[in-house]
Amino acid sequence: MLQEYVERSYRPDLKPSVASNLIKDNTAIVGIGATEFSRDSGRDELDMACEAIKAAVDDAGLTMDDIDGLETFTLERTSMPTLVGSLGIPNLRFSNQISFGGGASCANVMHAAAAVATGVADYVVCYRSLNEASGHRYGRGDGYVGYLSEAPTLHYGYFFPFGLLTPLSWAGMYGMRWMHEFGVEPEHIGWYPVVLRENAQRNPKAIFHDKPMTHQDYMECQMIVEPLRMFDCCVDTDGAAAVVVTTAERAKDLKQPPAHILAAAQSSPPEQEIQTSYNRPIITGLPETWYMAQELFRVAGVSPADIDVAQLYDPFSLGGLVQLEELGFCERGEGAAFCEGGDRIRPDGELPLNTSGGLLSEAYIHGYNLIIEAVRQIRGTSTSQVENAELSLVTGGPGVPTSGLILRR
Amino acid sequence: MTATGDAEQPIPHPALWGVLYRNSTPFWEAVKRHELELQRCAQCGHWLVPPRPMCPKCRSADSEWVPVSGHGTIYSWVTYHESPHPAFEVPYSVVLVELDEGVRLVSNPVDIASDELEIGMPVDVVFEDIDDDLTLFKFTRAA
Repeated sequence: MLQEYVERSYRPDLKPSVASNLIKDNTAIVGIGATEFSRDSGRDELDMACEAIKAAVDDAGLTMDDIDGLETFTLERTSMPTLVGSLGIPNLRFSNQISFGGGASCANVMHAAAAVATGVADYVVCYRSLNEASGHRYGRGDGYVGYLSEAPTLHYGYFFPFGLLTPLSWAGMYGMRWMHEFGVEPEHIGWYPVVLRENAQRNPKAIFHDKPMTHQDYMECQMIVEPLRMFDCCVDTDGAAAVVVTTAERAKDLKQPPAHILAAAQSSPPEQEIQTSYNRPIITGLPETWYMAQELFRVAGVSPADIDVAQLYDPFSLGGLVQLEELGFCERGEGAAFCEGGDRIRPDGELPLNTSGGLLSEAYIHGYNLIIEAVRQIRGTSTSQVENAELSLVTGGPGVPTSGLILRR
Repeated sequence: MTATGDAEQPIPHPALWGVLYRNSTPFWEAVKRHELELQRCAQCGHWLVPPRPMCPKCRSADSEWVPVSGHGTIYSWVTYHESPHPAFEVPYSVVLVELDEGVRLVSNPVDIASDELEIGMPVDVVFEDIDDDLTLFKFTRAA
């Protein structure tokens, strides 16, 4: 099982590169929109979904009459018929929902792109709306147990009776082993959240705007589940975000410069559990991210060194660091060392990361805010703009069936 | 040192995951008898953890429940410092134990303080009757 992953023997050059597919260069993100990000919206998720979708459609220079497809998560609680009725979408020709939380974020865009490329829809809106701070918090165990007891996954019954209840602890189990095998210390992990918090200081929309954090603050903050502490965690958020996907051909006539989809990929390799794949040969990596990246770079025809800016789905700092390894930006076990001191990953560094503050410091809209920031980098409108960004990478949640995109100008 | 089994907030019972509990019933019935058994492919010998209707390696649907040693080492661990659920008082630790058979199971340590936990520490299985409906397997320092 997973031998090619363990040996890293599956490589793009073992398969022919993809000169073109129906998605590559033929599709684009043409509109972006979001609500305010807050800790307590005081609104229904339906209200926020409508606001974000309207904003994205307006941004594209379209009207709701143009929209004929919707894409979201299975976890989304805004039902599509209710949304269609509220928005006045004339006829929904295409709809789709993807499971397993944050891993679905970029996959939503990939499926939307497939829909417009094949002509089953013309303009697809991908959206996510959640009161994750004031309502149901995914990071909590009480109430979560009942919520997940109907989940069609094999393993929860083997973990929850022992109190292994929360995503932070699932990741911590990988993290403790990763730190042990590679000699990583907490102070090495701290630079990643510190740089993301710096980026949030330039982003007025970020939840942690005006709340700076030093490396010392990181070291002194509360331990939640050893080895991970409070500032390793993403920020519970209320809000909604949406993007509009159409063909590159249609994009030419629209209001914004298109963010072309150079590559889109999903992966779920063997022995996949939902953040708890503890019976894989090694548990210090993220095979789903690695397989996804192989496909992403193979389709795009570029290498990690070509990427100008990346938005990594970081439910916890650890998830961001190990993704750096699996995406090929550094060797196994070197993710934390890559970020040490922060210079490499700052907006003027060799690989600027999570330039809006990421899930740790901007907001947790289940990865949608990362997709929007990846588009802004292509448009040149980020609050931490990377000069001449041409290739913008964004990933979906690690440790679950995942996904990713490479966008280009 | 781990779960206290608060009567108002019982430890989440594995049968809560009813959608897939049938495959797991032999495992928990063995634990109730204070035995540790795992499912193994009858054709190629691949351990099926968690239980599955088919071997992902050889695709055989023939499997058997086999007693395992209960000896292993701590492969990884975490310690909760903020309680996620009223049934669990902090601090408490959760361990990932690699059995001699090469299979890894999530459990709790017994009589090992969190600052004594070490990756590689040899451990043995013990059983804890929580109530009439639930027995759990846990791990203590190897004799």
